[in-house]
This record gives sequence, C-alpha cells and structure tokens, in this order.
Amino acid sequence: MSVNVTMKVNGQSVSATIEASMTLVEFIREHLRLTGTHVGCNTSQCGACTVHINGRAVKSCSLLVAQAQGAEVLTIEGLAAANGDMHPMQAAFKEHHGLQCGFCTPGMVMSACELKGKLVDPTDEQIRASIDGNICRCTGYQNIVTSVKAGLAAMA
Amino acid sequence: MNSFQLHQPKDLGSAASFANSGGDTRFLAGGQSILASMKLGLASPDAMIDLSLVPDLKSISVSNGVVKIGAMVKHADVAANAEVQKAIPALAELAGGIGDRQVRNMGTLGGSLANSDPAACYPAAALGLGATIHTDKRSISADSFFLGLYETALEAGEIITAVSFPVPEKAAYVKFKNSASRFALVGVFVSKGSQGVRVAVTGAGSCAFRATDIETALAGSWTAAACNAVKMTSDNLNGDLHASAEYRAHLIPVIAGRAVAAAK
Ligand SMILES: Cc1cc2nc3c(=O)[nH]c(=O)nc-3n(C[C@H](O)[C@H](O)[C@H](O)COP(=O)(O)OP(=O)(O)OC[C@H]3O[C@@H](n4cnc5c(N)ncnc54)[C@H](O)[C@@H]3O)c2cc1C
Ligand code: FES
Ligand code: FES
Repeated sequence: MSVNVTMKVNGQSVSATIEASMTLVEFIREHLRLTGTHVGCNTSQCGACTVHINGRAVKSCSLLVAQAQGAEVLTIEGLAAANGDMHPMQAAFKEHHGLQCGFCTPGMVMSACELKGKLVDPTDEQIRASIDGNICRCTGYQNIVTSVKAGLAAMA
Repeated sequence: MNSFQLHQPKDLGSAASFANSGGDTRFLAGGQSILASMKLGLASPDAMIDLSLVPDLKSISVSNGVVKIGAMVKHADVAANAEVQKAIPALAELAGGIGDRQVRNMGTLGGSLANSDPAACYPAAALGLGATIHTDKRSISADSFFLGLYETALEAGEIITAVSFPVPEKAAYVKFKNSASRFALVGVFVSKGSQGVRVAVTGAGSCAFRATDIETALAGSWTAAACNAVKMTSDNLNGDLHASAEYRAHLIPVIAGRAVAAAK
C-alpha cells in the first residue's frame, strides 16, 4: 500500500508517495539522497541513523516514514550554517578528534545536540550514560566525551 | 518488511473497528518493538493501525493517590514529568532507564505492557504497584494481565487506553542490566503501601511475576537482609548465554534487597 507523506526536512517542505513499510532512514537516504545519516545495524542498536523529529533524537531505522507525517525532521546535513560554518557540536568533534572512521559521527552529533539544555555542566559519567544509544567501534569514546562536553558548552 | 495496509484513525472507535476487520492486524505505538519483529519476519501483519492520532491516549494526571498515564505517553515524557517524579519517583526513574534516549523518545507505556517482553521494565512497575490497565472494553488488574512470553490478557483488537498506578508509601526499581541489550537481566520493583508489600520481578521468567516469598519476608521486616535470607528456586527461570537460571535465581533476592535499600 502506498501513502502520501508531507514533512519538513532541514527546513524544506517535502512531499512524496511511498510504500507504507518504508522506514524513515530509507526515505532520507534513498528518496531524498541525504546520505549523511548512516545505517549501521538497522535494528535500533547502534544509533548511526539518529535524526531529530520535532527536536527529539530518534533512530530513523526504527520508524516508518508515516510516523514523521507533518513533522520537522533535522538531519546532519541541516546542522551547519548556510555559509558552510560548522555547527558548534560539529566543530567540537573536529577540534577534539571525536571521530576516527566517522561512521558513527552523524548519529553521535545528532544525539549530542539533543542534550542541549538537558545536561548542564555534565560530568563524563553523565555524558557516557546519555550517549549509550550510540555505538562507536573506533574511538574508545574518550574523545567523544570531550567533544560532547565542549560542544554543549559552546551551544549553551 | 512485508507490505501492509496502514490505517491512521483519529478516534478510538475507528481504531477498534479497523482492528476487528479481519486479517492479522497490529497496532503501531512507537514502533520500537513491532518494527524490529517485522524486519525479522517474526510478525507480518496485513494491516497496521497507527494510534498516534487517537486523542486522549497521551495525558498524565495525578489525583486521589493515583497516577494515571495514557497508553501513548512516551517513556521520556514519564521520566521528565514533575508530577510523576513527585508522586512515584520510582516510576519516573524506571521510565528514564528504559533502553536509551532515542528509544525513550518513541517507546510508549501501552506498547511496553501489550508486548509483555520477558525482560521489559514497565510490566514490573505495573505488577509491583498493583496497577490497573484500562482498555477500550474493560479494566484489568496487573495481577491477571501478564500471562506468559509475549502473552497478555488482551483480546484480539483490544486497545490499552491508560494505566492507573496507586501511589505507594515507598517504592524502587533496580535493574541489573544486560549490558548489550540494556533490557533487564533481572529487574525488581518493590513497593509498600495501600496495596500491601509487593515485589515484582522481570527478566527472569517468561513474563514479569511476583516473588511472593520475598513479599512475605518483607512484610515481616522491610530490610535488605530479609530479602537476602530468601532462597529462590531456579525452576521455570530463564537460562541463556547471558546468565544461567541459577544465577538469575541468585540475583532476584539480591536485587530486591538493593531496591528495598533504595526505596523512597
Ligand atoms: C535498543 C532498545 C532497548 C530497549 N530497552 C528496553 C528496556 O531496557 N526496558 C524496556 O522495558 N523496554 C526496552 N525496550 C523496548 C521499549 O520499551 C519499547 O518502547 C516497548 O517495547 C514498546 O514499544 P512501542 O511502545 O514503540 O510499541 P510498538 O512497538 O509500536 O508496539 C508493540 C506491540 O504492542 C502493541 N500495542 C501497542 N500499543 C498498544 C495499545 N495501546 N493497546 C494494545 N496493544 C498495543 C502492538 O500491536 C505491538 O504488538 C527497548 C527497545 C529497544 C529498541
Ligand atoms: S542503524 Fe538505526 S540504530 Fe543502527
Ligand atoms: S569513529 Fe568509527 S565508529 Fe565511531
């Protein structure tokens, strides 16, 4: 069965007719060709597919497109300023080497951005607990924690 | 995922009539469990009924010693609700410890109870507080709701609308996490109050259950030591690569004791 969906992705209105069984990440990557959002597991484990729906971080592999009907969706492509200046969280990951291969990074950054206003001057422990929905196979997390801390401070 | 019909009803009555229109139908709450089963081919419904547009399933109220939470309220919203935090802090903390932030932003109370995953957290709260589960047809006590592995007292097409949790004097939930899945290897919810002393265990059996021996021990003495003195049998407990049935049996009184020590 096909369904009509309309939503805003990174500020732009999009409408499409898609299969009801299509996941949001398939729509984002294959239909909108926004391939910054990654698929690591497709089973809700790794968080590489994290995007925001109406300001909340969700795993886009575990949502139907229809669940984002009418929503404001934000992907990693929508973070940087129009002139290309990096978002403070992206800049913090660059500055503090919060990535190695970069596969988990879009999800990590999107997940970290949702912490704005929720964690004030967080401890390392609080940051680790807050990003437990995102798995990194490279860094050992040390520099990710440092990056998230610096990114949140810059966003405050 | 196989293809299916998607219904997005705007009221409870139409949701129920879609559900009873024949074929294999499933409700879609947050999708955090059902979509994974569908990807694996464990479920392949002919039709899905999205409950997100049905009004009245998303409110939280606290009055007359009861916290009432709508079926479609997300884990993150229970965790962050100031009234719930004040009335039953253990319930807010339990919701804030389910899965991870992204899962809590989509997963719902109704979906968790209807799913009756053997290691889910909310069933322990429902049993451990003596909650009542309201559906579009009736009210069911938590004691007669969880029947087995992914099995509940819900009839086909019956919709959970809300859950009433009596406010206890003291309660706590402690989860010994399976560090890979973040579900409970063993989780224990303890409470005492108008519903008596209740101890509900998740993660250890085919579905959440009450540990009556520990309840009796705690009714005599509300202490961790009273829990630790109880020896649980491993009969009918789960054994898998994460933990043997004997280990789970050992953990239950230990985790119950930690919950008693933490109860507030
Ligand atoms: C990575 C990960 C980690 C998790 N960790 C935990 C954890 O630590 N503890 C825990 O408790 N859970 C955990 N979960 C599960 C999570 O809590 C889900 O939210 C929950 O199992 C139900 O999901 P849902 O609300 O999205 O329901 P859905 O997946 O949409 O639906 C689940 C089932 O319930 C039925 N249903 C839904 N709503 C209703 C209703 N109102 N009336 C009748 N039937 C209904 C559906 O038909 C379906 O069969 C985890 C999930 C993931 C992906
Ligand atoms: S791809 Fe979605 S959580 Fe891994
Ligand atoms: S940088 Fe490679 S997975 Fe995180």
